[in-house]
This record gives sequence, C-alpha cells and structure tokens, in this order.
Amino acid sequence: MDEALLRTLTPTVISVLVRRGADFATAEDAVQDALVEAVRVWPDNPPRDAKGWLVTVAWRKVLDAIRAETARRDREVRVESEPAPGPGEAVDDTLQLYFLCAHPSLTPAAAVALTLRAVGGLTTRQIAQAYLVPEATMAQRISRAKRTISDVRFTRHGDVATVLRVLYLVFNEGYGGDIDVAAEAIRLTRQLAGLTHHEEVAGLLALMLLHHARRAARTGPDGRLVPLAEQDRGRWDTRLITEGVDVLQAALARDRLGEYQAQAAIAALHADARTAEETDWVQIVEWYDELVRLTDSPVARLNRAVAVGEADGARAGLVALAELDPALPRHTAVAAYLHERDGDPVTAARLYAEAARAAASLAEREHLTRQAARLNAQLRAR
Amino acid sequence: MPKYLLLKHYRGAPAAVNDVPMDQWTPEEVSAHVRYMEDFGARLESTGEFVEHKALSPEGTFVRYGGEGRPPVTDGPFAETKDLIAGWTIIDVETYERALELAAELSAAPGAGGKPIHEWLEIRPFLTVPPTITE
Repeated sequence: MDEALLRTLTPTVISVLVRRGADFATAEDAVQDALVEAVRVWPDNPPRDAKGWLVTVAWRKVLDAIRAETARRDREVRVESEPAPGPGEAVDDTLQLYFLCAHPSLTPAAAVALTLRAVGGLTTRQIAQAYLVPEATMAQRISRAKRTISDVRFTRHGDVATVLRVLYLVFNEGYGGDIDVAAEAIRLTRQLAGLTHHEEVAGLLALMLLHHARRAARTGPDGRLVPLAEQDRGRWDTRLITEGVDVLQAALARDRLGEYQAQAAIAALHADARTAEETDWVQIVEWYDELVRLTDSPVARLNRAVAVGEADGARAGLVALAELDPALPRHTAVAAYLHERDGDPVTAARLYAEAARAAASLAEREHLTRQAARLNAQLRAR
Repeated sequence: MPKYLLLKHYRGAPAAVNDVPMDQWTPEEVSAHVRYMEDFGARLESTGEFVEHKALSPEGTFVRYGGEGRPPVTDGPFAETKDLIAGWTIIDVETYERALELAAELSAAPGAGGKPIHEWLEIRPFLTVPPTITE
C-alpha cells in the first residue's frame, strides 16, 4: 500500500468534492475519513483507480454529513447524489488549496497544521506528534482554522509569499515522530513548484534541497550539533545538491530576485566548497547584502556579520556586529565566535558561556557550553 | 510555536494578593475554584493551546547515588526548603504575550470570598530543537 500516493491524492480529491458543491471543511473531513478507510481496505482489496475510489468514498461521506446536518436541522434540503463534475482545472484547484490553507487570517501554527492535513494528507495524530501536542489539541487547532476560513471564497487567488512562509516554517521547525517533516515540506514545495512558475517557489525549493543535503552531516553520532565548518562534506547528498543548484540557477536566470533565492544562493556557495577553507566568503557577503536589502531582517544582518568576519577578518566582523541589537537571538554566540577568531579567548569563553545560558535549544546550549569548556581548558593549560 | 511551563508553587513564590489558605475557604468557594480550573483547561484545549496539566503531592524526598553496590541515599523532606512546586500547566502558544495572558487568566482563579487569588505563577520557556536553516 502506497501511503505516499495516498497523500499526494489528498488535495485533488478535496478539490473534486469542493467543485461538486461541498464546503471546504466538510470535504476536508470526508477525505480524511476516506484516507483512513483506504489504509484499512486497500491492503486486501487494492482499487484499480485509487483516485476514483477515494472520490467515491469521500463523496459518500460528504452526503452522509449533509444528511446528518439536514436531519439535525429538521428541514428538507435536496441533495444531488450524483452531480456532474463541475468546471475547472484540477491543477488550479490544488493551488487554491495551498492559498486557502495559508490564508493570512490564520495564525502561523494553524496554517501549518491545516496545510499538512489538507494539502499534505497527514493525519491529525501525525501532525500532533510532529509538534509535540496532544492529538485532541491539534484536532481543535485544525477545526478552529477551518472555521476561521469558512467564509473565504475557494476561487480567490492568494499571495504566494504567505504559502512560502508556511512551507518554510514546516521545513525549519518540527520534531518528527512518525513522519519526516522536512521531507514533507520538500514534497509540498516541489508539488507547488509544479503548479506555479513563481521564482520564489523555486528559490524556496532550492533552499530546502541544499539544506536537506547536509542533514546526515549536521549531527554527530551522539546527536550533537556539528557546525558547518566542521561537517564531513563527504556525507553531503550530492544528488540533492545538484537538484538544488539546477532549480536555483533556472530561477535566478529569470532575474526576479527574492529572499528565498538569495538564501539558496548562499547555501549553494557553501555546497560548492569542497572544504570549509575553500568557501567563497566574498560572494557570500554580497548575497547577504542582497538579502538585507530584500528583507531588512536583523537575522540576515547577524549572519552577514559572521560572513564579513570570514571574508575580511574577525575585526571587520565585530565592527559589523557592533551595529546590531545585542538582544538579537544568537548575537552573543556570534560575538563569542568572532572574539575567538580575533585572538581573545578570555572574552570568547565568557561570551560562549553567556550564550549557552540564553540558547533556545538544548543542542545549541550543549554546543556552546562545549565551546566555552574547550577555551577554558586551553586557558588553564597556559 | 513555543511551549511554556506555567509553574505553581506551594511555597517559594511571593505572597498572593488574596492569600488565604484553601482550608479556610467555604466549600462553595473550593468548588468554584475547582470548576474555574477545569473550565480553564477545557478552554485551552478548544483553542488548540493545551499540552499538559499535572499536580504534585507536597511530600517529597531528596535522593542521590550512594556509590557502587550501595543503595541510594535519601534525605528530607525538609520543611524549610524554599521552593516547593505544586503543579504545572504546559501550553503551546503563538507568542510570549499570549503565554502571559493565559498565565494571568490562571492566576485569576477565585479563592476566599470568591475573589481572584492573584497568585504568582512562574512562567518558563521550554528549550526547543534548533532550526534547520541558521545561516
């Protein structure tokens, strides 16, 4: 039984039901029920036409839901049991689903959950596991999200940027459980790239592929974080890198730069260096300049300071850092790193320890603590 | 979404505004308090922000490794220990401000005279997993 195929069919089947006149919330529930039934029935009794099977079963569930609702309201509503498929392109409908699930009226967490369910075809339980909350909580989050967008017209085109923000969040945060959230984000972004020719969709896809390529090298056997400069580049996935670079180059060639393309370009320059020493930091700084121009993001400025430190020396990096708000997350960690490179291990050790106390994740805290311990041991041995 | 721990103390937090021990309340006030807490939990679940709610017995013992082949060493309980945790609620919310808002709501649970206790709750962020994209 091919669960991946099932998942890819989810948005199409929802779209078919909506085109037949079901409202989105009912259609979405019906398809989830149909998926559950498919998982139960298909192993012994595989359908010849998977999509047709899902549409039939889900449509029956829509009718059941409407009948139950009608009975509850105790009034007559004539239900067409076999309507002709309405007009409209399936490709466009799936695109509408992305827009709907990332609608700006939704909070980021709600948009993420709804996208994973309605576009990704994941179950509520899988999404709950990925974000470490009880299933009942995630179920409520999803039904609230559906209520929030119940008045949004399904045919309205949205802003691709909101969809990309949601997909970026799915890729960048999430704990896992049953499913590989990052791989799921890539699948959904790849699918989106097939539906629209927006350069930034390609940019985000390239960014994800290039970072995913480093996944095996990013953590050590004991689960510790391995910084980019120390990663075993032989463990980078060259197939993903090649695909990421190809996707990026095609996007850049269209000369409509955006933040995801710029970030992907930085990742591509790292991927291009066979050793950390070969990294083209001068070009990376130029891309950060673009990124800062495009986003004015403090995080981009912070990362730019690191790149400046590599390109022009630690002192230049510290000068760039001095212009930034010290309250920025990771500011102290960057300062520690640059001070060590600048030949001041005493300040660096103190800042690493300080950064460790402020770290937002356990893996970062352990990494920073180890850095402080390494410098303190060197200082004692002097 | 960040997760926060709302920590309730038997001892160790600054005194509440309406600081009357529970056994001095009327039974109706106790019931009203319990109902408020249940409603709060149900509300959190309906907003998709609930993760966990747990209460602890005030009885506790310190324990440590006693050495190879030896039993664990226990000590206490110490009546004078400053911090005594009573229980916690874990929430999963969009922002720190929302966490503060929910903590304040929890602190408004009714106590003696049916008035809000204004109890001090400690709020602590959970450490997360590092994001994938950091450069």
